[in-house]
Amino acid sequence: MMKIVAANRLTDGETVWLGAGDRWVDTIDAAHVARDAEDEARIEAAGKLALAANIVIDVTLVDVEIAEGRILPKRLRERIRAGGPSIHPEIGKQARSAAQHAA
Amino acid sequence: MYRYDEFDHAFVQARVAEFRDQVQRRLSGELTEDQFKPLRLMNGVYLQLHAYMLRIAIPYGSLSPRQMRKLAHIARTYDKGYGHFTTRQNLQFHWPKLVDIPRVLEELAEVEMHAIQTSGNCIRNVTADHFAGAAADEVADPRPYAEILRQWSSLHPEFSYLPRKFKIAVTGAERDRAAIEVHDIGLHLKKNAEGALGFAVFVGGGLGRTPMVAKKIRDFLPEQDLLSYVTAILRVYNLNGRRDNKYKARIKILVHETGTEELTAQVEKEFAALKESELKLPDADIRAIETYFAPPKLKARPEGDATVSKAVKADPGFADWLRRNAHTHSNPDYASVTVSLKGIGEVPGDATDVQMDAIADLAEQYGNDEIRVSHEQNLILPHVARADLPALHAALVEIGLATSNAGLITDIIACPGLDYCALANARSIPVAQEISQRFATQARQDEIGDLQIKISGCINACGHHHVGHIGILGVEKKGAELYQVTLGGSAREGSTIGEIIGRGFAPNEITDAVETIVDTYLAKRENRDETFLDAYRRLGPAPFKEALYGHEAKAA
Repeated sequence: MMKIVAANRLTDGETVWLGAGDRWVDTIDAAHVARDAEDEARIEAAGKLALAANIVIDVTLVDVEIAEGRILPKRLRERIRAGGPSIHPEIGKQARSAAQHAA
Repeated sequence: MYRYDEFDHAFVQARVAEFRDQVQRRLSGELTEDQFKPLRLMNGVYLQLHAYMLRIAIPYGSLSPRQMRKLAHIARTYDKGYGHFTTRQNLQFHWPKLVDIPRVLEELAEVEMHAIQTSGNCIRNVTADHFAGAAADEVADPRPYAEILRQWSSLHPEFSYLPRKFKIAVTGAERDRAAIEVHDIGLHLKKNAEGALGFAVFVGGGLGRTPMVAKKIRDFLPEQDLLSYVTAILRVYNLNGRRDNKYKARIKILVHETGTEELTAQVEKEFAALKESELKLPDADIRAIETYFAPPKLKARPEGDATVSKAVKADPGFADWLRRNAHTHSNPDYASVTVSLKGIGEVPGDATDVQMDAIADLAEQYGNDEIRVSHEQNLILPHVARADLPALHAALVEIGLATSNAGLITDIIACPGLDYCALANARSIPVAQEISQRFATQARQDEIGDLQIKISGCINACGHHHVGHIGILGVEKKGAELYQVTLGGSAREGSTIGEIIGRGFAPNEITDAVETIVDTYLAKRENRDETFLDAYRRLGPAPFKEALYGHEAKAA
C-alpha cells in the first residue's frame, strides 16, 4: 500500500505534505510517496520529528494510489483535505491549482 | 442587550493577553501541541481539515449591529470573507491563521465578544429562543436568566472539568423554539398559579450517538432558586457522570443509567443543602439584569396594516415572504423577521462579510439595533415595524437574503460536514444544496408546508438529524459516503427522536429518496392542514418504507 504523510502547518493550519528531501510542501502533487514498509517507516519518523520540532501538527499517514499519474488519496476525507471544500471550488488549494493549470 | 461592566472588560482582556502569551509560547516551541491543545480549545480554536477553526460565542444568539460589523470585518481581514452560523447560535470562521487569532480575539473584546467556553468539557454558550423578548406567545424574556447562567458558568472553578461538555437552553414560551428537551438542561420559563416566575426543569436530553429526550424533574422551580438548582444538577453530574468512556460521559447517560426518580432525589438532596446559600438569587439582582433586556421603546406604527396589505397585493414575492418569514410580535404594530441564510442552493448558515455588514445596516435602519442568530442557522431581526416590512424585504432582495422559506423544506439545518470538519464521515452541505435545488419553487414548498430537514455528517449530530422531521446522517461505508434517513423527529415541545427508516442511500440517491418520502406524504395526508410530522405520527413508517424499498422486496 502506498502512503504519504499529511499534516497541518503550525503557524496557519494550512494542510501540507512531506515532500522530497523531507520538506513540507503545500500541494499533494509534490508529496513523497512511500512504496515499501521501510520508506513508510522513514517518512512516518520524519513526520514525528517535524511535530516535535513544532513545524507541523496532526501528522497522519495517508493511503494513496496513483491515478493518471497523480497522487490520489483513497479516502474522500483526504481527497477533500487535498483540494479544499467541495462546495467552494473558488477557495483553497483547488483554486490555486486551477489557476496554475489555467496559466 | 447585556453590556460589559468594568469587571467583564478586564476579565476578557486578561484572557486575550493570556492566550496571546500561550500562542507565542507555542510558536517558540516552549509549549508542545499536547500542552497547547487544551489551551487553544478553551479559547474556541479547533483544527479542522484545511485550517484552524475559531468558534465565537454569541450569548443566547443576541448580536448588536456593531458586533455583526466586527464579525464582517474579521471575515474580511483574517478569514476568507465569510462566516458560518451554527446550530449552537455561534459563529465559526473556518480559515483563521493561528498567528492571527490573538489579534482576532482582541478585536472581538472591543465589541464585548469572546470565544471562551465554546469548546471543552465545560458549560457551553447558553442558548435561547431566537424570538426572546419579542414573541407574542412569551410569558417572559428568557435572556436575563441565560445571562445570569452565562455569568455564573464563565470559568466556574468547580465546573471547568466536567465529564463532558454541558449545554443549557432556555425558552420563555410554551412553543419551544430553543429545542430545550434535547439539551443537558432545558429550562422552560413560566408562571405559576400565583403569577410568580419560575422554570420547568428538564435534564438529560441530547443528540449525538445516543439520542435522548430530556426528563422533566421539576414542574416549577422559583426563579430565585435557578443557580442553586442548576448547581445541584451539575454537582450530581460532576460526581457521578462517567469519566471512563467519552461516549457514555454526557448527563443523558447518567440520567438513563441512574433512573429519573433516583437522579431527581439526588438533585433535590443537593438542592436542599444549597437552597438558602449565597446562590439564592436576590430579587434585586434578577431585576437588575432584566433592565439590560428591557424591550426597545417601540414607536406606535399603526399604518402597518395598510402598508402591508397594499404591498401584499402589489408583490406576490413579498406576500410569500411575509407569510413565511414574519413572526407575530407582542406589539401588534411590529413583527420578528427571519432573514433566511438558506438561499436556494446556498450553504446553510453561511453569510459573507458584505451580507453581515448589510444586515447590521438593516438592523439599525429597521430593526431597533437588534439581531439574533437562530439555532436553525438563520438570522432574526426581532423588532421590525410592520410598516417597514416592504422596504426591509426590498433591501433583503438586494443582498440575496429574502428567501421565503422559514420552516419550509429548503430551510435545512446542515453541519459543516466533511467539507471542513475533521470528525465528519460524509459531506452534509452538498446534500442540503441538492435537496434545496430539487424543491426550489415557492409553490412546491408551500404545497408541502412545514417540514424540517436536518443533516449531520457524523454521529455527533451537530446538524440535529435525530430531531429532523426528515433526518439525514452521513456515514462512511466501504470508503464511500452513505446517507441514513430517519423520520418523525422533532425538537419542539414533546420532542421525539426520529426512527431509522431502512438501508442508507448513496449520494446520488439521497435527494430522490427525500422526494419519494415527500411525495408519499402528499399522497397520504388527510388534507393540507396535516403537516408532514402529524401525518408521519398518524401513519407510522410503513407507507414510507413501502415507497422507498417496496420495489426491492418485490424484485427479490
